[in-house]
Amino acid sequence: MKRFLIGALVVLALFAATPLVVHNEYYYFAAYVVLQFVVLATAWNILGGYAGYVNFGSGAFFAVGAYIAVALYKAYALPLGLQILAGATASGLLGFGVGLLTLRLRGIFFSIATIAVAIVLETVVVNWTYVGGAKGLPTLRPAQAPFFESYTVWLFFVMAVLAVVAVSAARYVETSWIGRGLRAIRDNEGAAECSGVPTLKLKLGAATLSGALMGAAGAPYAQYLSFIEPTSTFSLNYAVNALAMPIIGGMAHWSGPVIGALLLGTVQQVVTVTISSEVNVLVVGVLLVVFVVAAPEGILGLFRRFFPRKR
Amino acid sequence: MNSLLAVQSLSKRFGGFTALDGVSIDIRKGERFGLIGPNGSGKTTLINCVSGALANDGGRIVFDGEEISRLPAYQRTRRGIARSFQITRPFASMSVLENLVVPLEYVVHRGSLHTADTRGEAMEILRGMGLADKADTRSNQLSQVELRKLELARAMAARPQLLISDEAMAGLSSNEVTEVLEILFKLNARGITIIMIEHIMQAVMRFSQRVVCLDAGRIICEGTPEETVANGDVQRAYLGA
Repeated sequence: MKRFLIGALVVLALFAATPLVVHNEYYYFAAYVVLQFVVLATAWNILGGYAGYVNFGSGAFFAVGAYIAVALYKAYALPLGLQILAGATASGLLGFGVGLLTLRLRGIFFSIATIAVAIVLETVVVNWTYVGGAKGLPTLRPAQAPFFESYTVWLFFVMAVLAVVAVSAARYVETSWIGRGLRAIRDNEGAAECSGVPTLKLKLGAATLSGALMGAAGAPYAQYLSFIEPTSTFSLNYAVNALAMPIIGGMAHWSGPVIGALLLGTVQQVVTVTISSEVNVLVVGVLLVVFVVAAPEGILGLFRRFFPRKR
Repeated sequence: MNSLLAVQSLSKRFGGFTALDGVSIDIRKGERFGLIGPNGSGKTTLINCVSGALANDGGRIVFDGEEISRLPAYQRTRRGIARSFQITRPFASMSVLENLVVPLEYVVHRGSLHTADTRGEAMEILRGMGLADKADTRSNQLSQVELRKLELARAMAARPQLLISDEAMAGLSSNEVTEVLEILFKLNARGITIIMIEHIMQAVMRFSQRVVCLDAGRIICEGTPEETVANGDVQRAYLGA
């Protein structure tokens, strides 16, 4: 635990120090997206990987965070930290609500509900003129960035902090009794319940935490783009990536989604710049199919197979 | 009379089908109780209602002086009812040892986890079951008899007062049946009340002090093993003669 915390702080310190070396703003713009996917993939994995409840609506949780943040920013000019907190709270409640309605049932009902929620919420936002409705809303960033010279670098650092928070939370869940309970639920829910695991409570907790982290990832989105509109915010891309990255990286360990997000996120950024932004979607699709068929335990599983280690 | 489990005119319907129809059973502390009946007679439905996997439609279930019929399953486990499953349900992604750590963490050591040696305790239980050498094996790689023992071991890790063994011996060889029977006798000697659901008649007859036979959701006979086998209704239910 101590080693992990020190590692996390070192990573953050390195991120904070990058402006001394890297000056091209575009790298921060691109790295922000990769880190955002680290948060999304890690958040998805808490419910989808550990407990086995697949969320197809990650885009909606992300967008709720983004839109709550932008609405509060427009109304009260809330600082970024509070926007993130508000976005996380709203999406956490959304996770809890969807969970409460569907997690009593086993299997696929939760997944279906998440798709429905994404469609309903997108429709709501399209008709919500205060935040721009379908035509979108430009947002003016604050003139000055705290601690850093450019606001983009500041947002990059904020997303790095969120990534560390998300991974720490996932790791805590995974290594504690909570994680064992969630795994028991995934393996066999009936047996878990009969072993004293309060399955509904654990699933609701996981859905809330997962949703909250997705909302936190979405909250700085409008500041990042200086603009927000529903189609790209609710994009299916988020939902697909949020589940593809853990599957490709490996769902059993907290590092799986991180590896998947870093790898896939970076490849997508490179492909977007060098080939086209359409091809990057193809990359995700092809990799997902290959991994599901050939390496269902992801990169981590491949690694364990070739470098077996006594655990 | 010190009753541990009292099932009072319990009924359960699935749509138009009545699976249990006014079943009443009283089980004493420390008793070895056999539950028999042909396929589809309601044995598993009954214990699903007792353990909380199903909600009963009518009647009451009183455990250790407390009405439990509206409690979720995990609460019943925490109050002392543990069960094994007819079709084994291991936590397949976990090692055999970890399978036992789940109930130890969620039932026995709730709230005092940091001081508990759950792994040591799990190992102790595995030793008692003769599974100690499999502790680190992934539970999806066990043989049938090992899976049956794991089911019992995991149930025991919840430190139950009442153990419900749902066909723990189905599909085992006669040596293996003896082995599992010995385990159950041993657990009973430690004061655990046991309900055995079984199709293997020799096992039920040897094990039980009292037997109830269900047919089509009703109790058709209750008595000692000898009385039950001799009962005309039981013979008709099984043989259709």
